[in-house]
Amino acid sequence: MTKALTNKKRPFRWHILVFLAPAALIYTVVMILPLAETLRLSFFHVDTTTREVTFIGLDNYKELFFNVNWVGPFFRALWNNFYFFIIHMLVQNPIGVMIAALLSMFHLPGKKFYRTAIFMPTLLSFVIVGFVWKLMLSPLWGVSKGLLTSVGLGSWFMPFLGREETALTTLAFISVWQFIGIPMMLIYAALLSIPEEVIEAAECDGVTGFAQFFKIKLILILPTIGIISILTFVGNFNAFDLVYTTQGALSGPNFSTDLLGTMLYRTFYGQQTQPGDPNMGAAIATMMFLIILVGVAIYLFFIQRKLTRYEM
Amino acid sequence: MAVSRARRNRLAELGAHAVLLTFTVIALFPVILIIINSFKSKRAIFRDPMALPNAETFDLIGYTTVLTQGNFPLYFWNSLSVTVASLFFVLLFGAMAAFALSEYKFPFNRLTGLYLALGIMIPIRLGTIGILKLMVATGLVNTPWALILVYTASGLPLSIFILSEFMSQVSSDLKAAGRIDGLSEYDIFFRLVLPLVRPALATVGVFTMIPIWNDLWFPLILAPSEETKTLTLGAQVFVGQFTNNWNAILAAMALAIIPVMILYAIFSRQLIRGLTAGAVK
Amino acid sequence: MKKIVISGLATALMLSAASLTYGAELTIESWRNDDLTIWQDTILPAFMAANPDIKVTFAPTAPAQYNAALNAKLEGGTAGDLITCRPFDSALDLFNKGQLAPLNELSALDNFSDVAKSAWTTDDGSTTFCVPMAAVIHGFIYNKDAFAELGLSEPETQEEFTAVLDAIKADGNYIPMAMGTLDQWEAAAMGYQNIGPMYWKGEQGRLGIINGTEKLTDPQWVKPFEVLAEWGQYLGDGFEAQGYPDSQTLFTLGRAAIYPAGSWEITGFNNDADFELGAFRPPLPNAGDKCYIDDHTDIAMGLNPASPNAEAAKVFLDWMGSEEFAQLYSNALPGFFSLSKHAISLDDPLANEFISWRSECDSTIRSAAQILTRGGTPNLWSGMWTASANVINGTQTPAEAAAELQAGLESWYEPQQ
Repeated sequence: MTKALTNKKRPFRWHILVFLAPAALIYTVVMILPLAETLRLSFFHVDTTTREVTFIGLDNYKELFFNVNWVGPFFRALWNNFYFFIIHMLVQNPIGVMIAALLSMFHLPGKKFYRTAIFMPTLLSFVIVGFVWKLMLSPLWGVSKGLLTSVGLGSWFMPFLGREETALTTLAFISVWQFIGIPMMLIYAALLSIPEEVIEAAECDGVTGFAQFFKIKLILILPTIGIISILTFVGNFNAFDLVYTTQGALSGPNFSTDLLGTMLYRTFYGQQTQPGDPNMGAAIATMMFLIILVGVAIYLFFIQRKLTRYEM
Repeated sequence: MAVSRARRNRLAELGAHAVLLTFTVIALFPVILIIINSFKSKRAIFRDPMALPNAETFDLIGYTTVLTQGNFPLYFWNSLSVTVASLFFVLLFGAMAAFALSEYKFPFNRLTGLYLALGIMIPIRLGTIGILKLMVATGLVNTPWALILVYTASGLPLSIFILSEFMSQVSSDLKAAGRIDGLSEYDIFFRLVLPLVRPALATVGVFTMIPIWNDLWFPLILAPSEETKTLTLGAQVFVGQFTNNWNAILAAMALAIIPVMILYAIFSRQLIRGLTAGAVK
Repeated sequence: MKKIVISGLATALMLSAASLTYGAELTIESWRNDDLTIWQDTILPAFMAANPDIKVTFAPTAPAQYNAALNAKLEGGTAGDLITCRPFDSALDLFNKGQLAPLNELSALDNFSDVAKSAWTTDDGSTTFCVPMAAVIHGFIYNKDAFAELGLSEPETQEEFTAVLDAIKADGNYIPMAMGTLDQWEAAAMGYQNIGPMYWKGEQGRLGIINGTEKLTDPQWVKPFEVLAEWGQYLGDGFEAQGYPDSQTLFTLGRAAIYPAGSWEITGFNNDADFELGAFRPPLPNAGDKCYIDDHTDIAMGLNPASPNAEAAKVFLDWMGSEEFAQLYSNALPGFFSLSKHAISLDDPLANEFISWRSECDSTIRSAAQILTRGGTPNLWSGMWTASANVINGTQTPAEAAAELQAGLESWYEPQQ
């Protein structure tokens, strides 16, 4: 009540506008308007020969959810995407937290080297990541086969990227390898910014080592872990390049690695002799957008509010 | 007592080294593979990818191709200038907006935050045709500004999202003290808050720079001319329909790691310096 | 008198054409990164020597991005003047959108047969919108040294082919066939479409599907899948994760004996292989059968109607119909066979081997290329990639694969319903 009153009394705060305007302007004109223009296409149909454009309301969505040729692939891609995300949450983020914790806990010599080295894959382009992992996992040129054999696990070797059962998991691990530097860096930064006093106080109480990490530091960095989770979610549900460069436009074998992003790209732009269908593509894009929006909204309105922030 | 604790620490340190070293090897092995193979002849790459180049397999053909075909020094420069300029705008405008969102209570604050975050939920590539038409209309096609605008727009949502999280952790006592001292809101932002969130800025800088540096799509659509070509796009000339010039691709990629490593080093230095400065205070 | 008037007119026309094209700069859009040096060093200099007023640049895009990039550039109005056309439905789609100009008045088109033009002509045959460049022929390339070493000869029939594969496998020194299924399209293009026409009798079968008189589940369409299902055992270990460049390298390193191919491989293989190369056509189902080859019209060049240099571009397109171009192109890129009526002499022995099959066999094109990939979902050609790969991997039986393709086609293609 009092807050509302003070708000009313205050003169218009121009500085808020000045702070917001450049970002909002560029973002709206260069990103939001063109994207809205694209999503609008999902309510139209274009005849393939006459090029006549008709407004068809939600018919493209009806097609997407009730035509077997669309609904099957769509939910397959959605499920694959969840699986891809879960692997990142279970492998990438815990390992990232662990590495950051180790880096921050001790005054290790060579810390900088470790940090740079582990971050290095994140700097590489997808073209080269795809190439080098295909080379390593290739049954012909035999890097991984040789490595497995040298530790006595030669029989474990499989054409990992070529089997329906293993291809998606393999890609998820490649992606984890590539992006583990991101949670590591964010958590490391968060851990370093925990004030010395807090640590000293804990040490006075006899809370040290792992107990200190789990009981104190982990709680303090929860907001950062929240950010990482949501970034992983958004990144994974937009993922496209890795699958496209290693498995091709048809996300083989037998679509077992198809993600929403690859399905969208293939539908929107077509591939080789398959003409693109921007209208159905826009419908898929809108669905993807809504899925991600729901996830982010849950985070922003429920989780982020519950996470207590400590001013440091 | 003190001795045994020190010993336990040393053991734990050794363990930490072992774990970190393992991950370092996993992370670096493929990168090293790229580099050693960039110095080998094509046959040798596939005959034995693991082998180090020797007198027989050592071959600089990849590097000579890269340096003679096209104008790679120029492509390097284009990539670098576009990346640095976009980073500057993303960080500046992103930090300003993040500050407004985290510092002030105003109507629709949370909704504005959500609006500015929409961009991380949908790939900007989908808006390509609209963006291209906009750039044609404004005459920016085949200029670096087309790319800088697109990367700034697409980098802003993430940077606002992360930075506002960090900014809400900046001590409000400090800001209150600044206001009492008569600092304007702009002074508070530029002189008090911005230096304090330097680690966060460095982090966001790193994340923003990677997709820009490696992007292939927008240079292809918005600035494919010889004068504005970026490195990633320039290297695509070696990817054929039926034959790939792997020597040249590997050489170009190995070279492309260097500038981005330098940028990374600069940022990570900022990150540490910022953090230690904060700790001293 | 009349003659003088005509020649006067012709000179006047030429002059006006010359003034219109003066100082024009043309850009060619293409997915053929592979040919960049050939265009830069051989083809374009020849044209520009004869037409010094026109400057032409060959600006290729990597194939994986070509469709999407071209599309965006055409919509945004920044595409080049000359556009490399994919055959049939995708080029027709561009023409229907008004993104390729009609070229009927171009005299160069007279140098091409109707069959050659059919890939870039409207269904009613009234308008042609691209100048045909080349066709590619499917078959098998093999390592002659390996065959000699093992005392094998080129197989004629499917039975002999299997015997050859068994012999190589038994010997164990070579992988019998270099092919992988990771990228999937080889399975469809160099597998199913390579051997298939022998079974579905080329054009007869292809038109049968289009007219709805045959189904993809008919024996002549399932049989090639059954043959493919046998291939798995002759491919390298872990072929499921073997990509297209892997297969090429495996063969050119001399580790595999046979390579299911398209004639486009010739240039690359000539460069990379240090053994003698031979080629044989797809095996006949039974001795004495009539033979059919896949002789696929693959690439052409069209005009962007938004080009400000349309006159100059037409001069270039006209030149592409000339004997000079056909000769230059075919010999610079052995394995891309000119579609023009000019008699071309080829220097490359392997290319000559491929082209000789035209006189022995009936030609057809890829069965899904025309009409059957038009707009509908699921796309038949993409479906064939997945189906062929699945069959070779053994994750789908030939009957299942055929049934899935047929069901997909029936779901939108009326003549099949």
